[in-house]
Amino acid sequence: MSDSSLSGRTFPRISGLPVAPSGDRASGWYGMLTVIATEGALFSYLLFTYFYLGSQSVNPWPPYGKLRLTIAASNTAILLASSVAAWWGQRGIERADQRQLRIGLIVALLLGAVFVGLQVVEWSNKPFTLSSDAYGSLYFTVTGFHIAHVVVGLVILALLLVWSFLGYFSQERHLRVTIGIVYWHFVDAVWLCVFTTFYLTPYLGTP
Amino acid sequence: MSDQTAGSPAEFRAPDSAVLDGIWRTQPGVIGWLCSVDHKEMGKRYFVTAFAFLLIGGIEALVIRVQLARPNVGLITPHQYNQLFTMHGMTMIYLYALPMLSGFSNYLWPLMLGARDMAFPRLNAVSYWIYLFAGIFMYSTWPMGQAPSAGWFNYVPLSGRDYSPGVDIDVFTLGVTFIGISTTVGSVNFIVTLLRTRAPGMSVNRLPIIVWGTMTASVANIFAVPAVSLACIMLWLDRQVGTHFFDSTNGGSPLLWQHLFWMFGHPWVYAVVLPAMGIVSDALPTFCRRPLVGYTAVALATVATMVLGFGVWLHHMFATGLPVLALSFFSAASFVIAIPSAVSVFAWIATIWTGRPVFTTAFWYFTGFIMLFVIGGVSGVMTAAVSYDWQLNDTYFIVAHLHYVLLGINVFPVIGGIYFWFPKVTGKLMNEPLGKWSFWISFIGFNLGFFPMHISGLLGMPRRIYTYSTGMGWDTANLVTSIGAFVFAIGILLTVVNLLRSLAVGPRASANPWDAATLEWSVASPPPPYNFKVIPVLASRHPLWEGRLDDENSGRSLLESGILLDHGRETLATSVLDAEPDAVLQMPADSPWPLLLALALAALFFGMLFHVVWLGAGGLAALVISMAGWLWPDQREQRPTRSPAHV
Repeated sequence: MSDSSLSGRTFPRISGLPVAPSGDRASGWYGMLTVIATEGALFSYLLFTYFYLGSQSVNPWPPYGKLRLTIAASNTAILLASSVAAWWGQRGIERADQRQLRIGLIVALLLGAVFVGLQVVEWSNKPFTLSSDAYGSLYFTVTGFHIAHVVVGLVILALLLVWSFLGYFSQERHLRVTIGIVYWHFVDAVWLCVFTTFYLTPYLGTP
Repeated sequence: MSDQTAGSPAEFRAPDSAVLDGIWRTQPGVIGWLCSVDHKEMGKRYFVTAFAFLLIGGIEALVIRVQLARPNVGLITPHQYNQLFTMHGMTMIYLYALPMLSGFSNYLWPLMLGARDMAFPRLNAVSYWIYLFAGIFMYSTWPMGQAPSAGWFNYVPLSGRDYSPGVDIDVFTLGVTFIGISTTVGSVNFIVTLLRTRAPGMSVNRLPIIVWGTMTASVANIFAVPAVSLACIMLWLDRQVGTHFFDSTNGGSPLLWQHLFWMFGHPWVYAVVLPAMGIVSDALPTFCRRPLVGYTAVALATVATMVLGFGVWLHHMFATGLPVLALSFFSAASFVIAIPSAVSVFAWIATIWTGRPVFTTAFWYFTGFIMLFVIGGVSGVMTAAVSYDWQLNDTYFIVAHLHYVLLGINVFPVIGGIYFWFPKVTGKLMNEPLGKWSFWISFIGFNLGFFPMHISGLLGMPRRIYTYSTGMGWDTANLVTSIGAFVFAIGILLTVVNLLRSLAVGPRASANPWDAATLEWSVASPPPPYNFKVIPVLASRHPLWEGRLDDENSGRSLLESGILLDHGRETLATSVLDAEPDAVLQMPADSPWPLLLALALAALFFGMLFHVVWLGAGGLAALVISMAGWLWPDQREQRPTRSPAHV
């Protein structure tokens, strides 16, 4: 009896299905995409707040003039490099190269930690504080939200590193690596938006 | 039999209920109860908890109505009154309306979609526990006389530190953020469940409308909840750390709160009604003995309502002095949203009109809902007009409108849905005569209570005043409203009595007591822990009515034969649009992590509320540990592919 005669036209092909699939067939992958969507919405509302209060401001905006780019721009490059390292590590496990995964994760983790350290330096350089005015509140809250996400990402990378040393990943089974690293890329993308908003948009419009 | 599509031949054998039962059953005892991840168990817990909050919120409303029954009543103090109406609103909006619908959806989705569980069973459990703890959290300061008291939308500057120095507003800000986590993870679960764990053949054009409704609401929540969480966190920072987001003297703006709140609030209004409208769209046709008229139109109207629902938030702010252009745009959008709502209303009316109605209790609740929806919808269209809204903003007219909409579109379908699905959930039938009494008393009481509020509003009575003097012309309307509120309460009480009585002594229900059409009625009442012996294969929207409907020529659904999956907790993943088999998903077993994670979050929030550093820090540490424990890889022996047995 053939498959099709079981049910008319609709009986499905059921042989050779992957069990506990990885990649974009896994529920966890879709779950992470929805998490990224909701976190992305959160940062959209944060940046909306920045532009809304800026548009309503009776005083010049931003009130402290343009922010210096030196540290922030370098930090942007560092975080991007961290994303690339994580991606390179993921490529490793996809080709069954455990060593490349570990090196990639270690480099990503270190660069991420440097980013957090430099952000703290950047914070201490500011002439305003969280409570000086709405702009100060915005600057430290938005970058603080972002740093919190970086820290979560670092915890994820550290767990992935532990699991990779415990030998939990293989060429077929590395779903957690895929999911964890896409979150790390997301944290990176959010920084680009935050950086553009606070550091670059003041250069628009004024000569 | 031969398998022609792949190398390894599939295995054929009879399904063994005992094996499946052993795999899926929650362990008995307290530990098993605390660790359960069964979607049916979670659905029932959601339902019971949300119903308890409905009763608590209802009692708060009755106290309010006694206070307002006559002029110059001094039953409670103004501050107590403020706390009462705020807690009434918070309870009904945050702790009843959506969680109740989550209960329905958690219970019904896998049964309707032909799956063994939701996509993330443990997420389901954590979503429930967080909801429960957030509910307790919101009520935690009332015994100290410090319940939130600035209304359920908590406008600044009233809710700022200058005017509300106590812990009350902190409970609001942290509590709403806390329950937002529950809503978000619940929504993630619904979305991925819909995308992945449907039975073969359950393509998007065959989904029950409640699935469309919950799906739409979940996508909306993903994007809307962060707005209110952020607003609450910023207000908490303003109050505790000294930021200036809402402080107009330092570059902040009180209107920012209103924008962020209603960017969440208005989509949320639709999130708490669309699944309830789905209940009606699925259950009403059963009692009309015909499929829903205009399935596609109703499904698309559901989505369209939500999309438009993101573009109308400013109609809550017409009186705040915004530019005319903005008012015009949002007024027009608010008118337009009546169109998809009307599509659904006409579909329900046409279903009744062209069907052969069976006048059960559930049917009466659904028809009552249609009438209340129309009244609430018309008062909504009225207030969408800016000039009219300026006259009525913050009067009892708005209170009447929102109660017609929220009770009419949420509570009536929910109670109808209870009468409809109670036999499936409990295996017992409810008492029909008592049910009809409860409907008529509720329906009359509801209209007696809420319709005169339109008149009090037109006569200029502002909302949220704790009393009024004689001679304002509001006495009669308020007295009638208070009487109606108690009549309505008696109607609800009869349903409670019916529920408890039927649970104890109700006659046994068969698998399909209403002769309904959808998949959940194909399994026993109550369903076994594994839901389906074999994963069914769908060939139509009405698997149990095939062969009776003239227009059905698409083949026959397979309910007794299909894919077995008895190697462990497994369910089938199918492709997104067409529901073709795609993979076998391994599902987690019962687990203590959801409860521990929720407890850690509760410790964190209580620590933040009462400034107990060790509690908050301990909660945060426990949170990290429970997440790591939860996500720790499971080293079960895994074969990369398999040809699942089927029968």
